[in-house]
Amino acid sequence: MPTTIIDGHEIQVDAEGFMTELEEWSEPLAKSLAHQIGLELTDEHWKAIRFLRSDYREQGETATLRRISVVGGIPTKELFALFPQKPAKKLAYVAGLPKPHGCV
Amino acid sequence: MRRLLVLGGGTAGTMTANKLRHRLDPHEWTITVVDQDDEHHYQPGYLFIPFGTYDRDDVIRSRHHFLADGIDLVLGEIDRVEPEACVVDLSDGRTLPYDYLVIATGTTPRPDQTPGMLGPEWRQSIFDFYTLEGAEALAQALLRLDHGRLVVHITEMPIKCPVAPLEFTFLADAWLSERGLRERVELVFVTPLDGAFTQPVAAAHLGTMLAERNIVVEPDFMIERIDAENRKLVSYDEREVPFDLLVTVPLNMGADYVARSGLGDELNYVQVDKHTLLSTKYANIFALGDASDIPASKAGSVAHFACEVFVENFLQHVEGLPMTGSFDGHANCFVESGDGHALLIDFNYDTQPLPGKYPVPHVGPLSLLKETHANHLGKLAFRHVYWNVLLPGRPIPLPAHMSMAGKHVPSEEE
Repeated sequence: MPTTIIDGHEIQVDAEGFMTELEEWSEPLAKSLAHQIGLELTDEHWKAIRFLRSDYREQGETATLRRISVVGGIPTKELFALFPQKPAKKLAYVAGLPKPHGCV
Repeated sequence: MRRLLVLGGGTAGTMTANKLRHRLDPHEWTITVVDQDDEHHYQPGYLFIPFGTYDRDDVIRSRHHFLADGIDLVLGEIDRVEPEACVVDLSDGRTLPYDYLVIATGTTPRPDQTPGMLGPEWRQSIFDFYTLEGAEALAQALLRLDHGRLVVHITEMPIKCPVAPLEFTFLADAWLSERGLRERVELVFVTPLDGAFTQPVAAAHLGTMLAERNIVVEPDFMIERIDAENRKLVSYDEREVPFDLLVTVPLNMGADYVARSGLGDELNYVQVDKHTLLSTKYANIFALGDASDIPASKAGSVAHFACEVFVENFLQHVEGLPMTGSFDGHANCFVESGDGHALLIDFNYDTQPLPGKYPVPHVGPLSLLKETHANHLGKLAFRHVYWNVLLPGRPIPLPAHMSMAGKHVPSEEE
């Protein structure tokens, strides 16, 4: 797996830059990842990120936008405001989780 | 007598009941299957109905015909499971007690979950092809189509047979070309994911398939509603996709009784351990096939491979022994690509689809992640295998666990 240096930390990533090691993630690192895609994290962002992290630990896959809305209580419209254009992908990137994917 | 109750007589429920009937002593165990009707549909066949390749007689058989002697079929609507009392209530007032329960009632398209989908345009300009009625209505609509925008749309993942929307798009492209209409019809593929191919190796091998066919992809599209009057999809971030003919895959959900019974997640999927398929809440309830929340594809092949692992585990579990089998999420799916060709993909929880040969390493005759005529013949032959080998629970000489033999793992530099 390729690695990259973010904020002085060497982390393992896939070809698109998504982190591949759950345990290498930390909240300070998330701030740096957010900077990479032009986001300044607010409390609302953190609510979504923390939900995604804890849900991943229980489910073994990254929550869909629908699940974040129904189970995490964050409306989809708000996710689009917080993580413009591609909330599912951006949220997974910042949370250090695999992006949502299909079977091919 | 001990009682095994199987809810759902589809692919997973029928295979499970048949395999266990051969393994459980009929003097010690009763096996009962519950379904709301006696029609078993070969759902993979729906894909071919819009193009006139199959019709209803090709995809329907009676459920009881496929259940082995010694299995009772009860027809009725399930109202709820009472897991503490170990009974299932039917809507007509009947009560079915069980010692062990297998939930195999699958997943269902729910057009009611997207505003504007059901309404005056439903089955006029808006169609689904994951139901027999939808596929038949779409066949008529395609015959009337001679120009305009044909939009294929996925509402949200997970959906059953996740490659079918792509297959439909490829088959529509080929079908329109054959009829000399391809130049007059714009073909658009709309997905909530970030592309038609989202797995890195598949994307590297197949990423150009849509562009080559002049199919426009609208990625990252989260539908909020359908504006039926003006015939357009509207997303949460206010993008609009106009259509003349919409072929949508509605949100998929497990059965409502699962939610009423307190056994489901937000999409009514039964929460189970992904390796044993045992409920995370009750030690005498399993869920097989599309009805569970395992992070595998919702596909008949997954149901089949999981069932093989489950049967051995179940025999241990009912004896009070630890379950030693572990399901790996193995899936194996044909992907029709038009003009008599198809792809084949083979993958599991941890391994994405890779190129190679299948089922015999280096020999085939089927090719993974590559368009071939042999794969297409394999797909067509599968219907026969489904009715005659798979459903009766006869052994298929394919290992339940995914094998890396014959697969080509790209090096990191590629």
